[in-house]
Amino acid sequence: MSLIAFLGAIETGLLFGLVAFGVFISFRVLDFPDLTVDGSFPLGAAVSASMIVAGYDPWTSTLLAIIAGGAAGLVTALLNIKLKILHLLASILTMIALYSINLRIMGKPNVALLGDDTLLTPLEAVGLPYYWIAPLAFVLVVVVVAILLILFLKSETGLAMRATGANPRMARAQGVSTTMMILLGMAVSNAMVALAGSLFAQSQGSADVTMGVGVIVVGLASVIGGEAVMSTRTILLAVIACVVGSIFYRLAIAFALNADFIGLKAQDLNLVTAVLVALAIVMPQIKSNLKAKKRLS
Amino acid sequence: MGLKAILGASALALGVSMLGLTIPAQASDKHVAITQIVEHPALDACRNGVQDGLAAAGFKVGENLKWSYESAQGNPATAAQVAKKFAGEAPDVIVAISTPSAQTVAASARHIPLVFTAVTDPLGAKLVKNLDKPGKLITGITDLSPINKHVELVQQIVPGVKRLGVIYNPGETNSVTLVSMLHTEAKAHGLTVVEAAATKSGDVLAAARSLVGKADAIYIPLDNTVVSALEAVIKVAEQNDLPLISGDTDSVGRGSIAAVGFNYYDVGLQTGKMVARVLNGEKPGDIAVESVQKLELYLNPAAAERMGVKLSDELIASAKEIVK
Repeated sequence: MSLIAFLGAIETGLLFGLVAFGVFISFRVLDFPDLTVDGSFPLGAAVSASMIVAGYDPWTSTLLAIIAGGAAGLVTALLNIKLKILHLLASILTMIALYSINLRIMGKPNVALLGDDTLLTPLEAVGLPYYWIAPLAFVLVVVVVAILLILFLKSETGLAMRATGANPRMARAQGVSTTMMILLGMAVSNAMVALAGSLFAQSQGSADVTMGVGVIVVGLASVIGGEAVMSTRTILLAVIACVVGSIFYRLAIAFALNADFIGLKAQDLNLVTAVLVALAIVMPQIKSNLKAKKRLS
Repeated sequence: MGLKAILGASALALGVSMLGLTIPAQASDKHVAITQIVEHPALDACRNGVQDGLAAAGFKVGENLKWSYESAQGNPATAAQVAKKFAGEAPDVIVAISTPSAQTVAASARHIPLVFTAVTDPLGAKLVKNLDKPGKLITGITDLSPINKHVELVQQIVPGVKRLGVIYNPGETNSVTLVSMLHTEAKAHGLTVVEAAATKSGDVLAAARSLVGKADAIYIPLDNTVVSALEAVIKVAEQNDLPLISGDTDSVGRGSIAAVGFNYYDVGLQTGKMVARVLNGEKPGDIAVESVQKLELYLNPAAAERMGVKLSDELIASAKEIVK
């Protein structure tokens, strides 16, 4: 694997780390299976790309993308809480609706950003090779978001949110408004996913209406993969595990892309990725099993 | 040696071989890397065309050409990683099939010549700033409908045509683009365009009728709404002797008189030839973006008769396919 391919995997891994944070909040903290992310990821991209092309500065555009993502999360939560639609179905409804909304926002299926000013443009003046810029910038973004997320989850509101997911009845008995917590959690979750989508569009040069395909799968794989390869006993570790899992998944794809020398072809990519991720998750278990056997003998 | 050691050794071997270099090609060999957003019959045909076009120009895979191909399997994030993989391998040319693949390469592999193909609107996709002189390292083939050929075809079939009726859905982005191009091309050929809008397939019949007496011929661009209700237009065209020419070849089988179109294998062949020019040392920025050159004519003489025109023998002789 070349340096550029390696840095590319890190860059995409960091971005999808933000998606993993979002999925961690909905699936793990709130216990709310949320598929909205397949729509809120391209939503973030659509909003920021359309605004940048219309002449707004990248900061405002990205901020609005985050807000739009939060609103999408709210819609799913409201469908669930107010209209009593099952959470999974509520999120699917928002997800499919967002496809049309994203088309409306962009006015066409693809908005190009090649050559426009993005958040990354000022950094290009620094003089680093271009393939270093995005990964370095995204490390910064992920660290900032991770710190905010950890502080939030340790705050009183954060504790109430964790209680809502762990045991809603108990939480209500303690005076926690579980509806408020679900609304807030879903908004925060999808806001982070929209931020990822916005940054992805800005680093890849375009927003495309099909960008959301499979985002939830990657997010889930990152969260679960992270939990498999490291301990998630504390909030700090759990949040770090999201990013580790996500980068790990991207490295697996990068390896799979380089696996052609053993007779594997382009069409085998997804299969190879799946096998690599499965192997990596199973490896530590085999190791510990072997250790245990040794101790017995 | 226990299971653990074997596992460890094999993991190490796997890791080393994956991190290590791929089989080294001879220094004189050229390297073409091709990225495609998804497996799809049209795009696959295009890719095969590129390979054959290169072979025709003397670059044969396995002999003097290293060929890498990756599909993103429909996932844009994977497409970005494919672009970066190629950026690291530094091939002589990257070929990107489809708009999203081309955009990720343009963003991620800036120092490598890029030839895009099957991109409808390279200006709108911001791949190039100028079609005749793209500049920088990017050029390619656009698969935009050849509207000028469509207008010429109308004139060949209906020699005295002055007013060209067009039915389309103003809600379809593609159609809006095509109709605005039609206005320009028609003007250049001395025709006026009469528009009839149909926002849903139920409106197509009324739109077609509105053209009776106002137009000498009807043209239909590749518009999903109108094409789905094509029979309504055919009925009006046959009743009023209004020759109907379509933008897509499939409609000829359903009863329009004629269409010129292309297939994606030929798009690939043309792309392959352009890639060969870059491999031979031309700068991509100096090569103009090309539209598809090999066009195929489909004709339906029986439909022509029903709409009151006779196709010339010359035209019939040049057709790729005659629908009986």
